[in-house]
Amino acid sequence: MNDNMESVLPLLTPEPWSFGELFEAFRQAPMYHLIFEGLLIIFIIRLLLSKSYSIQSKMVLTEKEKDQLIEEWTPEPLVPKLPDDYEPIKYRTVTQQGGSMLTVDGKQGINLGTFNFLGMLGRKETADAAVKSLKKYGVGTCGPRGFYGTMDVHLDFEERIAKFFGMEMGILYSYGFSTVASCIPAYSKRGDIIFCDEGVCFAVQMGLLASRSQIKFFKHNDMEDLERLLEEQVIEDKKNPKKAKKTRKFMVVEGLYTNTGQITPINKLVEFKYKYKVRIFLDESMSFGVLGKTGHGVTEHFGIDVTDIDLISACMENSLGTLGGFCVGSKYVVDHQRLSGLGYCFSASLPPMLASAAMAALDIMEDDPTMASRLQARSEHVHEELAKIAEMKVAGDPVAPIKHLYVRETGDKTRQEIMKLLELIVNMAMDEGVVLTTACYLEEEEAFLPPPSIRVAVNIAPTEDQLAMSLQVIQKVASEVLQNEV
Amino acid sequence: MRTVNVNMALRTRAGKSGTVILQVPGKGVTETKQVLYAGKNGVRNGAVNGAVLNGTANGHCTPVCNGHAVEQLDEIKHEKETKPLSEQGPHEKVPILKVIITIFNYLILTVCGYVKEYLWKFHILKSPGACESRKLKDFVPLFQDFDSFYIRNIYRKLKDLFEQPICGVPGAQMDVMERLSPDWNWTYILTGRVLKTINLGSYNYLGFAETSGPRHDMVEKVTTFYGNGVCSSRQELGNTDKSEELERLTARFLGTEDAMTFSMGFATNALNIPALVTEGCLVISDKLNHSSLVLGIRLSGASVKVFEHNDTVDLERVLRDAISSGQPRTHKPWKKILIVVEGIYSMEGSIVRLPEMIALKKKYKFYLYLDEAHSIGALGPRGRGVLDFYGIDPKEVDILMGTFTKSFGACGGYIGGSRALVDHIRRHSHSVAYGTSCPAPIVQQVISTMTAIMGEDGTNTGQNRIKQLAWNTRYMRQRLREMRFTVIGHDQSPVIPVLMYMPTSVGAFSRLCRERGLSTVSVGFPATNLLEARIRICLSAAHTKEMLDKALEIMSEVGDLVRAKEAGMPCSPPLTEEELQELVWC
Repeated sequence: MNDNMESVLPLLTPEPWSFGELFEAFRQAPMYHLIFEGLLIIFIIRLLLSKSYSIQSKMVLTEKEKDQLIEEWTPEPLVPKLPDDYEPIKYRTVTQQGGSMLTVDGKQGINLGTFNFLGMLGRKETADAAVKSLKKYGVGTCGPRGFYGTMDVHLDFEERIAKFFGMEMGILYSYGFSTVASCIPAYSKRGDIIFCDEGVCFAVQMGLLASRSQIKFFKHNDMEDLERLLEEQVIEDKKNPKKAKKTRKFMVVEGLYTNTGQITPINKLVEFKYKYKVRIFLDESMSFGVLGKTGHGVTEHFGIDVTDIDLISACMENSLGTLGGFCVGSKYVVDHQRLSGLGYCFSASLPPMLASAAMAALDIMEDDPTMASRLQARSEHVHEELAKIAEMKVAGDPVAPIKHLYVRETGDKTRQEIMKLLELIVNMAMDEGVVLTTACYLEEEEAFLPPPSIRVAVNIAPTEDQLAMSLQVIQKVASEVLQNEV
Repeated sequence: MRTVNVNMALRTRAGKSGTVILQVPGKGVTETKQVLYAGKNGVRNGAVNGAVLNGTANGHCTPVCNGHAVEQLDEIKHEKETKPLSEQGPHEKVPILKVIITIFNYLILTVCGYVKEYLWKFHILKSPGACESRKLKDFVPLFQDFDSFYIRNIYRKLKDLFEQPICGVPGAQMDVMERLSPDWNWTYILTGRVLKTINLGSYNYLGFAETSGPRHDMVEKVTTFYGNGVCSSRQELGNTDKSEELERLTARFLGTEDAMTFSMGFATNALNIPALVTEGCLVISDKLNHSSLVLGIRLSGASVKVFEHNDTVDLERVLRDAISSGQPRTHKPWKKILIVVEGIYSMEGSIVRLPEMIALKKKYKFYLYLDEAHSIGALGPRGRGVLDFYGIDPKEVDILMGTFTKSFGACGGYIGGSRALVDHIRRHSHSVAYGTSCPAPIVQQVISTMTAIMGEDGTNTGQNRIKQLAWNTRYMRQRLREMRFTVIGHDQSPVIPVLMYMPTSVGAFSRLCRERGLSTVSVGFPATNLLEARIRICLSAAHTKEMLDKALEIMSEVGDLVRAKEAGMPCSPPLTEEELQELVWC
């Protein structure tokens, strides 16, 4: 269209690409050429889009082959077949409980086995509260919290327990195990990192597993090891800051470890929290009502601010002597569980009579704040006495009411053999009127299987005389059994 | 005759897409009438409904093409030939108009939500929600930015429908505590007023949530004797004689060799499946299985495959593929295959197709785990659950699981089966070694109610309640269909979901019902399909006909207001006077 311009331009500038020219060339090209080029382009596109073929051709089975494979397949039995000479497993039967005594398999004895630390189970106040509640609400709630399973008792308890801890909000679960096992995966997801103590109990382990996060175990109560892991993580984070910005990090610890009786150095953990920006989830199932001057748990024991802990979970099955569990924390944190805590959302709520009993137990705790310190004093005394047994090693913090008694000289005995010995001690103590229990574990399932032990749970229900008598029995029986053996 | 053919074909379940099915009892003339009735509905409703039938003057019916009804009928006929299925409840395809409105509904909610989120983010508006403490400012946020978007912007609008506190027993009627929200459901204030409503929300199937009577007195006695806790696990010192008594009774009730009980229904699934399957095993799970089952499977470490809800054809396909290809990568044969299903699905109201599963089980040698949380007590002529309902020997199912929360009005769960299975559970269950065992009063409640259901308490209370529940179910489903609510699920399931499709309709329906003295449960995403938000009704033997009539009246009125009565499904003829008289509240 502009012939003059076109004749001049090439002289001034290097030849530019003009669309007109291109179009012209395209128009003039012979048809076979265009078709050829078109095909080439299509071929290239196809090559680019096609998946790289695998060397193994895809296995396609005919229906007949499938039938044959199905025919041939023999599954393992669902559970191992019972041997002909099998003995049905028999747990010890408790026919009477509460207070200082326990009747097991028809024999009565002083209770040093159950976690009834504050003697709440067996107190008239809690049972009366339960009965009163039973008359108003019946037994079950017939629904999850979401669907008319929320009673005013539940709301009252949640408010009450939050106030007790000095936190903003509480949330009530209907089973202790499910409390911590649900609250961890509610926050920590795939890709997040959890630093966890090796000594945590099985419920916490299940919570870790359900979260599908990356788990880094540090040695039991070893703060140096934890710091090493945290430092490693800092280096890791520097390599990939973008990822680190999205990775939540948590430390999961128990206030008082069920499996070892040790107390977690929470003050150190709080220090790490702010230094390394890692949140703390604390399970106070054993320490709630037990540690601290007035039983407020491990935070009170170390005198740190409770709001420094992001989430505290605990079960009501020990100190409060009923069923269920709860979490407390800030509203921002805890409220999330109302839709994300599986054990909260998808389970029927706690029978109101049990919630009422827990509330009554909480009342007792607040009315008599010396309970915890009395228990601690008693625990220290028990610790001293048990340490006198030459053949056994007592583990656990002196003030903690959980004591693990290990066999000192195990020689080359297998775990089963040691367990047999411990069971013998337990049975002989039973005959003498003291109820003990070995610590039961699922040996194949535990991440770090603790050594076999007798777990003594100190509680404040027995009188001084009863306690002195039972300590003597333990000392006597343990020496008798182990002296012959070792 | 064409009519008969159509009805026969329709009585079976429709294709995967779930078209209309009729469940029409009765003969000859009645059938024609129904189809005529259907015709009227169909015409009024136009193309929105799937298969529409039209009546002709001489009483003969021909399927009329409306959309692709004819094709669907052919498909149904074909399916009937290929798979004889047990009678199963109907399921209606979501009408296209509803789909559009529902999506539009969500779209508006989402757009508004995003606008609001930005206003909060840049502090133009102050977020009324709780925020993280200042000390944690430079931590990685606990929740991702738009992580809880759904909760803050969509769920919150309906939040008042959930967790409504009550202050009394959740029986046939209950006391709902009125609460108001001054700030659009961020916080609530209890006004102190109590609304007495008819309870169609609790899982109180046999009406054993009660505050007086012989069972109640026994519980009281046991509470005073044993206390309200245990403080130890079963393996250590938590095995009360009451628990043992309950286990023996449960085994007898179920008709299994042995049984084991636990203190929480959710934990029964979550903590026992890992004892049964491990890595190298395959679990094939129904798509709509309860969260506790899903969690249990996850904790077990086994591989998982999912099949379409209650679809045995799809299950067979999954099974064939799985067995023939073996474990992924290594192609080793699976150690064992466990199929996990529920008796009644609480959100769908459907009943598991057990007879077909058992037939498949014989061929494919898998093990069957049946969760009877909702069906135990509520189904079957003797209240023994799905097995009783179908008349199947309990030995045909490997693992029978159920809860005591619902029909028994207590809490906890059980596992029943062969002696070998229960022995294995006793040794390996997580719950047995680490979970606190069930307090005696709760156990007593289960013992008392179970004895009553079995008729061993010297009365026929249990049997009467089972009959009453069955009657209530039939009556309610029938009347709701007559009102043209979109009722889904099996005809004999006491869980009755009524589809509303739109989340806002659910909200409006539920609130208006509550104002008029009726409590229902609202369910929406993520518990159901995004497009199938619904109202759910759970019937109880404690409901009298008067209560149900009152409830129906309210639902009818509210249904008109929110335009929920638009089902195209024809229904069976109204119950006769005789049938109505057949049962009265015992």
